[in-house]
Amino acid sequence: MAFTETRAGTQKTSWLAKNKLNIAPWLFLAPALLYFAIYVVVPIFESIWLSFYEWNGLYRADGTSTASWVGFENYVKLWDDPKFWISLKNNVLWLVLYMLAVPAGLFIALFLNQKTPGMRLYKSLFFFPFVISQVVVGLIFGWFYNPDFGVVGTIWKALYCEETVNILGNATFKCSRAAPDILSSPEFATYGIIAAGLWPQIAYCMILYLTGLNNVAADQIEAGRLDGAKGWKMLWYVVLPQLRPATFIAVVVTVIGALRSFDMIAIMTQGGPFGSTNVLAYYMFETAISEYGERYGYGSAIATVLFLIMLVYISYFLWRMYQDEKGAH
Amino acid sequence: MFLKTKSALAALAASAAMTTTAFAGDLVINFDDLNPGPKQAFEDAIAQFKSENPDINVIVNNNDREAHKSAIRNFLTADAPDVTSWYPGNRMAPFVDAGLFEPVTDLWAENGFNDDLAAIKATMSRDGEIWGVPYSYYQWGVYYRSDIFDLLKIEEPKTWDDLLAACAPMKEAGVTPFTIGTKFLWTAAGVFDYINLRTNGYEVHNDLTAGKIKYTDPRIVKTMENWKTLIDECGFVDNHASMSWQDAIAPFANGDAAMYVMGNFSVDGYKNAGLTYEQIDFFQFPEITPGLPRAEEAPADAFFIPTNAKNKEDARKWLAFVARPDVQTKWNSTMGQLPINSKAEVGDDKFLKEGFATLSTATGLAQFYDRDAPAAMAKAGMEGFQKFMLDTSTMMEVLTRLDEVQEEVYK
Repeated sequence: MAFTETRAGTQKTSWLAKNKLNIAPWLFLAPALLYFAIYVVVPIFESIWLSFYEWNGLYRADGTSTASWVGFENYVKLWDDPKFWISLKNNVLWLVLYMLAVPAGLFIALFLNQKTPGMRLYKSLFFFPFVISQVVVGLIFGWFYNPDFGVVGTIWKALYCEETVNILGNATFKCSRAAPDILSSPEFATYGIIAAGLWPQIAYCMILYLTGLNNVAADQIEAGRLDGAKGWKMLWYVVLPQLRPATFIAVVVTVIGALRSFDMIAIMTQGGPFGSTNVLAYYMFETAISEYGERYGYGSAIATVLFLIMLVYISYFLWRMYQDEKGAH
Repeated sequence: MFLKTKSALAALAASAAMTTTAFAGDLVINFDDLNPGPKQAFEDAIAQFKSENPDINVIVNNNDREAHKSAIRNFLTADAPDVTSWYPGNRMAPFVDAGLFEPVTDLWAENGFNDDLAAIKATMSRDGEIWGVPYSYYQWGVYYRSDIFDLLKIEEPKTWDDLLAACAPMKEAGVTPFTIGTKFLWTAAGVFDYINLRTNGYEVHNDLTAGKIKYTDPRIVKTMENWKTLIDECGFVDNHASMSWQDAIAPFANGDAAMYVMGNFSVDGYKNAGLTYEQIDFFQFPEITPGLPRAEEAPADAFFIPTNAKNKEDARKWLAFVARPDVQTKWNSTMGQLPINSKAEVGDDKFLKEGFATLSTATGLAQFYDRDAPAAMAKAGMEGFQKFMLDTSTMMEVLTRLDEVQEEVYK
């Protein structure tokens, strides 16, 4: 008896042992895959499905949904909705201007990549904006731009206003020109928010490049120097090619960061003035979930469009990554 | 299929979030105000109700107002309380249409509310039934710095021309006539509503918010032209689009602006900004079209019984209780608002007395633009008003766009 049991035992272990290499990765992946499926993949399909309905988010007393099937009507409406196009245009603006974070981060990283006493402190200070929450950054910049008590307002008052007393004898300011109200101007508000968003994003790119710079081969620099390369040429032909992986990651996170810009807008303008700083992500929130929204179908249609745009980018980057991997082997 | 899964998930989440479980004989009341005054008034009323009905076990869930607004969308289906606070007008419409509220028309008839609460009956009704019982409302109007008016020897304006004439000396003295903060949009709707109510009257307000007349209708255009006159001849503070209504109190308190079109809840804000009752006063928004019956904005708060409530019998007792004159008197004097029951008494406060005088003589009570119009329309409308206030030349462009939105929302 004892003999057969042991035999069975060894047979079992041998099956496991045979397939260990195949099973192990899936075992480790399983929790992540499960959560990814529940919280990411399923909701994506739900949203797409929901975008074919008109639904105010309510269920009847018996639990049945009040949604009604409208087919592609939500998408037709989107096409004619000026606010959708404003949001899309702003998304493009974000995408283009956010890219400034990559070169800016690179130059700060190059500047900080020196061996001076206290450099660690400076590096941490430059990295600081990325550590604080986007909500806090939004608030700070909101105050910064405030025409009454912000930095912008205070400087403006010093330049163009004089202090007087009003009818009741309280101190007040008389300005020869009204202070610029950046976040309430339909032309400039988006740029104001993007500038605020760039602040932490530059820090992020900087840290990516700083780690990248650690891996730049000293002998190649040396060789370049012997061949007479310096300044821009050294940067462009010797350093940058070695920073390619860092650049790649910086671009990817910046694109994604630009497309999912939401917190700043919610904090600084709520999409206003009159919807001129909306981006797709915020417009989706506004139509579906906010107090004046409750149009879940329409919001889902916006989400679907945003998803498709992201899909294009992400597929491209994944494909590039795959190609690089293949090339490396 | 996913809709069902979703509702099941929502039910699960809601039941997990609720710490209280109801049994027969329990009365679960969901309320939505954690501000000190209203919270105190509600708790006092609960205590009185308990002592009058010792056999009912009252369970209270008091939630933050914004949280309540999103929670109600789930709990009405998933885990309905026996009574919930909510708002009349269009705000109750989606729930009424989905069959989530229980009509209480008979309760009104039994208790004589049709007379005592007559002023609010129209806005509590939909599809020929009455859906809830209101416990409080407050007036809107023009709050002004009486000290500035005295200095400039200006009287409370009674008519539109008075108002426009009063603005000239203010501007001469370096005072901006009106303060406002339109960052969160709804304040602009208050100004629009009043100019519209005074230009065209109550019916036009209701027809507009019900989608029966267009925004490019000559009557609405007239309203907007009057608004433009107000902006040109009186004017609002600069930078209003980056201020909340609380921020806009600062120039008012400093004496840089003299008037504020606002609701009575703002009085607390003035007091907190250091103003005393000698410095501030109230007048009804002046008449524009002579002889037009005067209607006012008076947003009300009410209680409703969800269709899925388990203890409807006691819920009806609570609804009858909150409408009683003595209960409304006490409740509203604690929270500093106006009772709706015409037999109730008004708290001893200058602004409440003025408010009562204003509302009790009004021929119609509007609930406010964003409560009378459906959400999507209200949002677009208020954004349009803000745009117009920043640049009055966009008037027709704004109205045309609102017509397009209207066509889509009310189909």
